[in-house]
Amino acid sequence: MDKTKMARAKVEAGERLTLADALALYQDNDLLFLARYARRMKEQKSGKKVFYTVNRHINLTNICSANCPLCAFQVKEGDKRGFVLETDDVARILSGAKELKNLSEIHIVSALHPDKDFAYYKDIVRQVRAALPEADVKAFTPVEIVNFAKISGKSILEVLTELKEAGLDSLPGGGAEILSDRVREIICPKKATTAEWLEVMRTAHKLGIRTNASIMYGHVETIEERLQHLFTLRDLQDETNGFQAFMLFPFHPEHTELGEERGLKRAGSWEDMKMLALSRLILDNFDHIKAFWIMLTMPIAQLALGFGADDLDGTIGEEKIIHAAGAKTNTGITRADLEKFIRETGYEPVQRDTFYREVQD
Amino acid sequence: MLASEEYRDIEEKIQRGERLTREDGVRLFHCSDIAWLGAMADMVRKRKCGDIVYYNVNCHVNLTNICTSHCKFCAFGRDCNEKGAYEMTKEQALALVAEAMHDPNLAGLHVVSGLHPTWSFDHYLGIVKAIHETYPQLYMKGFTGVEITHFAQISGLSVEEVLIRLRDEGGLQAIAGGGAEILADRVRDELCPNKATADEWLEVARTAHKLGIKSNASMLYGHIETLEERVDHLLRLRDLQDETGGFQTFICFPFLPKNTELGQSVKQTSVWDDLRTMAISRLMLDNFTNIKAYWVMLTVPVAQVALGFGANDIDGTVHKETILHDAGATSPTALSEDNIIRIIREAGRIPAACDCNFNILRTFD
Repeated sequence: MDKTKMARAKVEAGERLTLADALALYQDNDLLFLARYARRMKEQKSGKKVFYTVNRHINLTNICSANCPLCAFQVKEGDKRGFVLETDDVARILSGAKELKNLSEIHIVSALHPDKDFAYYKDIVRQVRAALPEADVKAFTPVEIVNFAKISGKSILEVLTELKEAGLDSLPGGGAEILSDRVREIICPKKATTAEWLEVMRTAHKLGIRTNASIMYGHVETIEERLQHLFTLRDLQDETNGFQAFMLFPFHPEHTELGEERGLKRAGSWEDMKMLALSRLILDNFDHIKAFWIMLTMPIAQLALGFGADDLDGTIGEEKIIHAAGAKTNTGITRADLEKFIRETGYEPVQRDTFYREVQD
Repeated sequence: MLASEEYRDIEEKIQRGERLTREDGVRLFHCSDIAWLGAMADMVRKRKCGDIVYYNVNCHVNLTNICTSHCKFCAFGRDCNEKGAYEMTKEQALALVAEAMHDPNLAGLHVVSGLHPTWSFDHYLGIVKAIHETYPQLYMKGFTGVEITHFAQISGLSVEEVLIRLRDEGGLQAIAGGGAEILADRVRDELCPNKATADEWLEVARTAHKLGIKSNASMLYGHIETLEERVDHLLRLRDLQDETGGFQTFICFPFLPKNTELGQSVKQTSVWDDLRTMAISRLMLDNFTNIKAYWVMLTVPVAQVALGFGANDIDGTVHKETILHDAGATSPTALSEDNIIRIIREAGRIPAACDCNFNILRTFD
């Protein structure tokens, strides 16, 4: 049997895939074949449910010492577009968030500010915890955690332990990009390495802090590097079982140094759906695949529910990072609209908290 | 395959290449397994027309937006004195084409216009004739069944005579697919009572096919029609195709509500509806070779994914689209050929530039 047939047979039988299988399926490019089995796996994991959450994003600062060529959000210190939120600013956002019915999560992701110390971030977590005791605090990607360790002289374990004590519930999945040091040297040379990113996740999981994981694809990585990334995550998940959801970020080249220097084009929706379905099939030990509608646009995110996704993320207020890179979606969506989109696909909308527990009205 | 038990019988029919019934079509519209629908349509597409995806390097010419029809779903038509109303002179139309000719790959024109209250048939014909005589190398596709019916009414000629004059004097090689909307008089009486009826639209296509002029077909969906009416529409096209074989491609038009009278009460279709309608059209229209994913209406990302849902035609570069952009289309008004080729290739298919009769001009393996 040739490689493609073998890989397709494994998909049909629901068997675990190898990197060689994944490469064969990628080259085969039979989008609807992948979709059908990705959808089957989604239904095995979460039935007819499609999850969403009512959350609020806070980006504390865009002033960043990492200056990754892939990023359109960061600015250097002294840039007039730069901002840093202080305690008062955060308090204002939190009092606004308090008004949101069924708010279940605060999501905090920020740049690596050159001067702010670890205490600043820890204090923010305490502040959120105190202001919104009912909401889960999902904050800081592994890239930020590694930065905290560096600026504080503490170990990753110490940083995470202290944040947990301050009220941190979980980590978001960003900053993974492509877990290959060859790629990271080009797209984000100054931030956490592959080993460091994985070490943060492993340590968090050991401490009982659940996390997400992600991929950013469509820049300088090879297809093999892109698929290997998924297997790297699957291996760690086998070891710790601490990942909850996986999400895919297609690279938005607009306004980024990397995009401009290399003349990169945004991957097409075909590629987005194919990567989504393939990820669902490869990551057989992940419970959830998230279609981050703010990146995909709502129509494509709806379509993603036919390609293996079971989570549409949140009704978000004021997303800044992706919009700096030219995302054209609205920055928020109402619950009613989100539920209508989900019902139309034949699935059932379920409001969740950070840990995928159902939230009752 | 993975059809739920409920659709096993339909899947078997499709695998055997058996014709689907009206009842099958209605059932498919109630199936929420979009991945299965897509896979079925993709299988049929592959069997029928392989991996080539057609596109045109073309220019849209809309001679006037002044229109007596006042269709409730239209954002393009205007009254004579209304703001934004325009009518091109022969010189302006020629200038538009001259500008489009800067693209050395320009292969032809798509000419569709409003039903102007005072223009005669000879006036329309005169402009097309001038374009054709100036640029005989460009293919000329144009005029919907609605316009042809209108020309017959205002000139006193028969539909056949109108078509012959357009072909012999204006160089017309193929008829555009628009104006079919939903071929049900209940729907047409409510939305577009002032233009060709369902029978008249079909009669133009039938007459053209008899004269050896190929035409396209379309469906405007997502307004007041029922799902049964969508299926019936497809069946009416399928019946005529059985009779004449003269349809070349079928185009699904989702209704774009913005700036239309109907838009106050009807919301835009979702991608879910767009793709299932595409797939079901491919499955029901078993005697059509080509199904078009019209990126102008669907948006480029959805049109690209539609290549997996039965489509093998992605329309053209368009040069400058106006009709649908008046209705709030968010797609660009033109696509470069490079972009079209990239979109098709990413889907693992073979781009082929073609003329209005699907003769291949260039392919890119």
